Amino acid sequence: MPARGYHLSKDELGADILEVAMGPHHPSTHGVFRMDLKLDGETVVDLKPIFGYLHRNHEKLAEDIPYLGCMPFTDRLDYLCGMTNNWAFALSAEQLIEIEIPERAQYIRVICAELTRLINHCLLVGFFINDLGALGTPLLYALREREKILDLFETLSGARMMVNYMRFGGVRCDLPDGWLQECERIVGRFPAFLDEYETLLKDNEIVITRSQNVGVLTQEEATNFSITGPMLRASGVNYDIRKVDKYGIYDRFDFKVPIGAHGDCYDRFMVRMLEMRESIKILKQAIADIPEGPIMGNEPRVFKPDPQETYGRIESPKGELGFYLIADGTTNPYRYKVRPPSFVNLTALRHMCIGHKVADAVIILGSIDIVLGEVDR
Amino acid sequence: MSLIAKGILQGMAVTAKNFIQSYYKKERLPTVEYPEEKSTVNQFTRNIPFLVYDGEDEIEGMRCTACKLCEKACPPQCIYIIKDTDENDKPIKRPKVFDIDSSVCMSCQLCVEVCPFESIRMDSEFELSNENRFEGLLINRDELLKSNEYYHEIHPIEAQETDDRIAAKIAEAETKKKAREEKARLAAEAKQAAAAMKAAEEAAAETETSATEQAQQSEAKAEAPEDNPETKNT
Ligand code: SF4
Ligand code: SF4
Repeated sequence: MPARGYHLSKDELGADILEVAMGPHHPSTHGVFRMDLKLDGETVVDLKPIFGYLHRNHEKLAEDIPYLGCMPFTDRLDYLCGMTNNWAFALSAEQLIEIEIPERAQYIRVICAELTRLINHCLLVGFFINDLGALGTPLLYALREREKILDLFETLSGARMMVNYMRFGGVRCDLPDGWLQECERIVGRFPAFLDEYETLLKDNEIVITRSQNVGVLTQEEATNFSITGPMLRASGVNYDIRKVDKYGIYDRFDFKVPIGAHGDCYDRFMVRMLEMRESIKILKQAIADIPEGPIMGNEPRVFKPDPQETYGRIESPKGELGFYLIADGTTNPYRYKVRPPSFVNLTALRHMCIGHKVADAVIILGSIDIVLGEVDR
Repeated sequence: MSLIAKGILQGMAVTAKNFIQSYYKKERLPTVEYPEEKSTVNQFTRNIPFLVYDGEDEIEGMRCTACKLCEKACPPQCIYIIKDTDENDKPIKRPKVFDIDSSVCMSCQLCVEVCPFESIRMDSEFELSNENRFEGLLINRDELLKSNEYYHEIHPIEAQETDDRIAAKIAEAETKKKAREEKARLAAEAKQAAAAMKAAEEAAAETETSATEQAQQSEAKAEAPEDNPETKNT
């Protein structure tokens, strides 16, 4: 088949404009995502994101399944961050039935969520560098560190990524013997890895020239696009739901919210590096403070909440992850809606890419941090 | 120019360090050459469910009672159960068909959590690839049945906990049964005693009734005339 541009006459196309379909099978699109680019030479003049290749009917499916049965499906939204997805859904459903969560379970949730943030950011940075052209090596260092945390998750929940660990009113099982010590050891060694990684990349001239002043999103634009998460903070907006909502027990921990100044790709990369250090701080506090006690109240597995609506949201590694539920008095949700951060953040892609080179479009996409499981649902 | 060299040289040094240390530091080189070499499977790993049986015989020792709770709890509905029947077409507590479609199962473990008889458990077998897309991936009852020893082998801690729980359950049932028997015995004794007492009372009462009845009747007659004027007044 001829390329798409060939169907158009030269006048329709504009003198030297070339249309390129980048993806869905392209190593830099982070899944099955397609960008229809209009290029003037190497400069992007227009971009149309096309997605839906990974649509799995997630929201409709949930309407036929009891609340608890939806839990394993949430793992598959953003498949790198199963724990935070679980938590967001549990938080939302817990508002329906108003249950107290035991102290120990709260701490376990925080530990798991922050470990997930480490995984996600360290992977993102790896892929970002990969997109810049440092093929393989730095990414594999990141994967190597991630593996240790995945092993922790496997010991805890039985699965590395599809954890299905949290339950309404607590978590599924208690920490196995020695888990906390192992976690402490890994967390204690993580800063050394971050130092090494920063030495590798932070001052690297190629990284700096490729990513500074690329894909700039000003503070105002970021707010208008409803961007959340590290991307918003890189643009200089101090907004972190852990600080704003203080869900769970986040008001007990001492941590800072890193803010960028320029809103370019380099800032997005650095904000994530700094966030990992803050996560380590939270982890250390949580591991030191975790109390003994029950991990789960005596909640029924199947329940019928009164007709009502709720919206529960958390700061997932990618941004604001929310679940909007409508209960109609039966065991299944009447409506189940996910507010995925990747999807909303992707809306700014076109705006950021116009005027840059094709090669920059790749790293701008990489700096947004999308997972297609969450975009398409 | 010197500036350009600095950042890149720093990076090179890190890469070189990693490269050299990967020869003698285990944690710098976690890769395993699968399939020639296999890493040990974590004992908490879960993948596909299997059915536990006790003792030697698969059918006799089967813990599953075909209560179908797991079938109902499974979110993608990949479990299919038919109850077994005996010669007289009476349903017995055992599955005749127990299929799990492993191409649909998402390893969520919800079936394990609902099973009241500790029968269905998660396997850590991960080499499930098959040439036959349909029959090969549909695991039937006989393939699912695995011994309790196997369970102990793959999940030692969990299996021990399960065994303890079952033992506790049996012990509890025993004590309950004993308590019930004791109660029944006491109740029977009490009943007997009560019956004996009643019989004795009745026998005693019979001899007295005629005398007391006569006395009561005469009293009632004596009271009656006093009541009458009051009723008239009102
Ligand atoms: S495996 Fe357990 S829950 Fe499922 S039918 Fe058998 S006894 Fe019931
Ligand atoms: S693990 Fe989950 S999907 Fe698989 S059979 Fe059990 S309930 Fe069904």
